[in-house]
Amino acid sequence: MTRLQSLALAALTTAIAVAACGKKPDTTPTPAVTPDTAGAGAKRVADSIAAAQADSLAKARALADSIARAAAADSAAAAARAGDEVRSMLAAMIHFEFNKAEIQGTDQTLLDQKIAILQKNPGLRIQVAGNCDERGSQEYNLALGNRRANAAKQYLVTHGIDAGRIETVSNGEERPLDPGHTEDAWAKNRRDEFSILAGVNALVKP
Amino acid sequence: MKTVRRLDHGTVTYGVLAVLLLTAYPPNRLTAQDSTVDRGVRIGITYRPGVRPGLVILPVTAGALDSVRTIVARDLDYSDRYEVITLPGGDSLDPGPAGTPTGHTATRLAGLNYSLYQALGADFAVQFRASADSVVLLLHDVTAGAVRRSFAARLPAPGDPGYRMAVHRLTDLVIQASLGAAGTSATRILFVKDKHVWSVDQDGANLKLVSSATKEALSPAWSADGRKVAYMEFNEGHGQINLLDLATGKRSVVYGSTGKYSDFTPAFAPDGKTITFSRATEEGTDLWSVNFRDACCLQRLTVGRFSDNLSPTYSPDGRRIAFVSTRPGLAQIYVMGADGTDQQLFAPFDYGVSGSSNAPDWSPDGLSVAFHRDVGGTLQVFVLDARKATVKQLTSLGRNEDPTWAPDSRHLAFVSDRAGYRQLWIIDLETGRIRPLLQQSGERLPAWSPRLPEAASATP
Repeated sequence: MTRLQSLALAALTTAIAVAACGKKPDTTPTPAVTPDTAGAGAKRVADSIAAAQADSLAKARALADSIARAAAADSAAAAARAGDEVRSMLAAMIHFEFNKAEIQGTDQTLLDQKIAILQKNPGLRIQVAGNCDERGSQEYNLALGNRRANAAKQYLVTHGIDAGRIETVSNGEERPLDPGHTEDAWAKNRRDEFSILAGVNALVKP
Repeated sequence: MKTVRRLDHGTVTYGVLAVLLLTAYPPNRLTAQDSTVDRGVRIGITYRPGVRPGLVILPVTAGALDSVRTIVARDLDYSDRYEVITLPGGDSLDPGPAGTPTGHTATRLAGLNYSLYQALGADFAVQFRASADSVVLLLHDVTAGAVRRSFAARLPAPGDPGYRMAVHRLTDLVIQASLGAAGTSATRILFVKDKHVWSVDQDGANLKLVSSATKEALSPAWSADGRKVAYMEFNEGHGQINLLDLATGKRSVVYGSTGKYSDFTPAFAPDGKTITFSRATEEGTDLWSVNFRDACCLQRLTVGRFSDNLSPTYSPDGRRIAFVSTRPGLAQIYVMGADGTDQQLFAPFDYGVSGSSNAPDWSPDGLSVAFHRDVGGTLQVFVLDARKATVKQLTSLGRNEDPTWAPDSRHLAFVSDRAGYRQLWIIDLETGRIRPLLQQSGERLPAWSPRLPEAASATP
């Protein structure tokens, strides 16, 4: 990005320098041989030089513009890539043991990434949704899902994130990711999901 | 009466008793039922076949009475209070027109061959007659050889929303007049299926959507007078307590249930103005009560801090609330005063042995609290004796959960996968008879209504 910009700058400078050099004869005309013919010849020379100068200036500007445009497009794509990366880091789910709401050690890295993102993007507000597997009691799972969502929120808040930026909801066992009735399915379903409520634009990667 | 007294003394040989029973009741009494005592159910009360009064339901001559007879016959069977006797030759047996001189004149009153029905073991006979714009139901006392009561009912047209409930009410009149007991035919059961609340009559007919067609709902509950229904509805992820007035069809959000927190498991107090519910916040889940009628007095009843408190159920006198608390480390059944005072363990359990216990429902007679408990990784229905504080496991086959009492405190509806998939079942604790409520799967969280008042019967 910066290399492209400096290239464009260099091209522009060169063009101006060329124009400046070429302009010199115009400002200090050589003494005329014969006033009439010498004057006409000098004017022709001067005109052609001026035309060449204008042409090269326009070309240089066009080049600089296209380079700048490319650079801008490139940076937008890069920003989008960074945004995607931030969003997927933010959305990474954490998981729980059966009938437990404690954050597991392996999930702390995921939460730490979210903390860094939230710190770098002060406009960001998120929702944490606690989910359970189907084995427990249906109504109890609403309370358990609430504890799971709040366990993540508590972790973020104790690491300096403002509590007002994190909303919690509980889905109980109502939104299984995997509809199966196996240990694998249950393990997938015991989770916190993270989604963005506000500040989704211009996400900056920490 | 003699045999019953001897049984109580417990000294007379059972052989004599058996002979007496066999003599008094022909074998077809025992084969007249289509449901059986389930092997996966343990009940405390001894199953005593034959002690229930026998009842015959006479065939009808007018075709218009067919559906009335069918509904009443099924209600009487489902009441589990009678041995419903199948007539030899089924419904084709002609009771004979009145006054036909074929038997002893004393047994031919009202046109019935009482001696025939007595020989079949019937104590009662139910007969239907059409008269102008109403249906007349005659309850015969077979032993006395006379009509005990007759009821004339002007029924709505079949297909009218109030028709079936009106017929169910007729059945309850028969139960009242024959046994002096209040029936549960005119009741409904709410339940959750496919994320919506539905209503169905206790006989499995008349299925209707109760909650909004667009939003997800859970945890339906009845008001004590049967005129209102409360349920939890998800609103942008947060549970809100919704109220439905059955007479007007008007829906509203209960005062204080703002959608800021997650509110769930509503329960009506018998006073007709208070709802207690669970509220999940950052501090956990706690019980709150609110006066929905006057839109005031939101009050916190439990302060859980590091535990959850949920699923309230009122004692019928309204003075106490049983609920689930996780304060012992896993969910168990607790009880407190309705104002939140004097919180203590209700259903005993063994630390490290008993699994978590959930979904309590206080019986309408106040004597029992049904709930489910984790037993070896699956759930089973238990019944707590509210006075003695002892628990008894009721089910053992499959996964059984979310029990709800019928108004007679002898029937329970619950969710069970005993037949291979989760569906609603109804068990009679007196006889152990058990039946599926609906022949479909996926129903959860049933809530049995009180006896329904006439005004509320048309909707839902």
